[in-house]
Amino acid sequence: MDVLFSSVKELVALAESQNKPISEIMIEQEILITKRTREDIIEQMDNNLKVMEEAVEKGLQGVRSTSGLTGGDAVLIQKYMESGKSLSGDVILDAVSKAVATNEVNAAMGMICATPTAGAAGIVPGTLFAVKNKLNPTREQMINYLFTSGAFGFVVANNASISGAAGGCQAETGSAGSMAAAAIVEMAGGTPQQSAEAFSIVMKNMLGLVCDPVAGLVEVPCVKRNAMGAAKALVGADMALAGVVSRIPTDEVIEAMHRIGQSMPSALRETARGGLAATPTGKALQAKIFGEQTVGSSSVT
Amino acid sequence: MKFRSVFEIIGPVMIGPSSSHTAGAAKIGRVARTLFGRQPKWARIHLYGSFAETYKGHSSDVAIIGGLLDYDTFDERIKTSFDEAEKVGLTFEFIAEEEEMPHPNTAKIVIGDDKSVMELTGISIGGGKMEVVELNGFPLRLSGNYPALLVVHEDTAGVIANVSNALATKGVNIAHMEVGRKEKGQMALMVIEVDQLIDDELINEIKVLPHITQISTIAD
Repeated sequence: MDVLFSSVKELVALAESQNKPISEIMIEQEILITKRTREDIIEQMDNNLKVMEEAVEKGLQGVRSTSGLTGGDAVLIQKYMESGKSLSGDVILDAVSKAVATNEVNAAMGMICATPTAGAAGIVPGTLFAVKNKLNPTREQMINYLFTSGAFGFVVANNASISGAAGGCQAETGSAGSMAAAAIVEMAGGTPQQSAEAFSIVMKNMLGLVCDPVAGLVEVPCVKRNAMGAAKALVGADMALAGVVSRIPTDEVIEAMHRIGQSMPSALRETARGGLAATPTGKALQAKIFGEQTVGSSSVT
Repeated sequence: MKFRSVFEIIGPVMIGPSSSHTAGAAKIGRVARTLFGRQPKWARIHLYGSFAETYKGHSSDVAIIGGLLDYDTFDERIKTSFDEAEKVGLTFEFIAEEEEMPHPNTAKIVIGDDKSVMELTGISIGGGKMEVVELNGFPLRLSGNYPALLVVHEDTAGVIANVSNALATKGVNIAHMEVGRKEKGQMALMVIEVDQLIDDELINEIKVLPHITQISTIAD
């Protein structure tokens, strides 16, 4: 069971030599590996897109998690944006609010599509729905956005990691932001190589990002890291479209991320023993949510 | 290649908040339910490592019960699975263990009814993917790289040949296979990793073969 690509270098070379977008190479690989029909594969991605749309819609109406740690920020950001006073610009803030909306829905046990994980699920859809208003893509182009994101995520997942427990938050929101940047470039008409540059630029700025969830929950700081991941994705895409290149090739950036993750102490890899989780307030919140005792028998009906 | 499909990166569709603690937990519960073959009457769930520490906040408990009720990762009923369990007469208990396991997200699920008891240990390896590492005391060595078929059967001649024949006639190639049994003539387990996804039709064909007790797939 062979694959068409296992590195970004191979992915870009395939796209360039066959004059196809990266999304198309991802679709062809999916057909090859799973033996499913193209229609079937597109339909599943279309369904994932619908889930993303519904989550954003729900989050923008305002949700709150059961722990009470998160919720309502997406609404605040949208209102601020609509006031016309925003400094960073409407597309960025729209992406930020929609990334936050998705992750607030996730924290509230709503339905989301993991991209590549639940903790980082806001960034790819957040950026997609924000650039949608600017680029007016067809439904097919929106679906392709997800395949392009997936192609880069596939390389990261197989050569490094997409889990905070294994690689820190650089592996989760870092991967998601970089994947989104690559997809924005394709949707905006950039080349496959420019997608790779955007990916590298964003990933380089996520390196070393620790996974330190307060009380071990996917809420603080995850929701706000989704916000910044979306913002970085847009800036990274713009830089690549402007012609900026990464001096370090994408696959080497991914490898660097992997090595950094491996050398990170476990306190900073989703254990809630370090970083923000270990601050006095972080610990107080943990005690408030879970009480003092976490180990023992519970819940018999 | 640990990850094979684009839908392992863009997906799964799931109820939040955590792909490893909620979606992966639901999948472990559901594989146990599928292998048991019917609705269990009771469940005792031992949680280890990160599962033990954070299962309430991540709703791993309602997710595992949802899985035991045969819900998929995106089934909204996961949120109210405790109530649903009561309706179908499933009682359950969660035990947070202090013991360290090789994987930080490990759950041992013991389920049963008046006919039989089954024990399954699963690990949630990230992004909603899970692996079964032990079934009824049989250690499993699934690479996780391929779709896998788990077949519980009676330890008697011809069963393995029948199953591999069924796979061959559908053009499904076996990548790796292990057979284990507790005692001669007793319960045995086949673990078969294959190159292609296994459809329901094939599952149903194998299910009705003689001496097959239970069958389940782990597709992703």
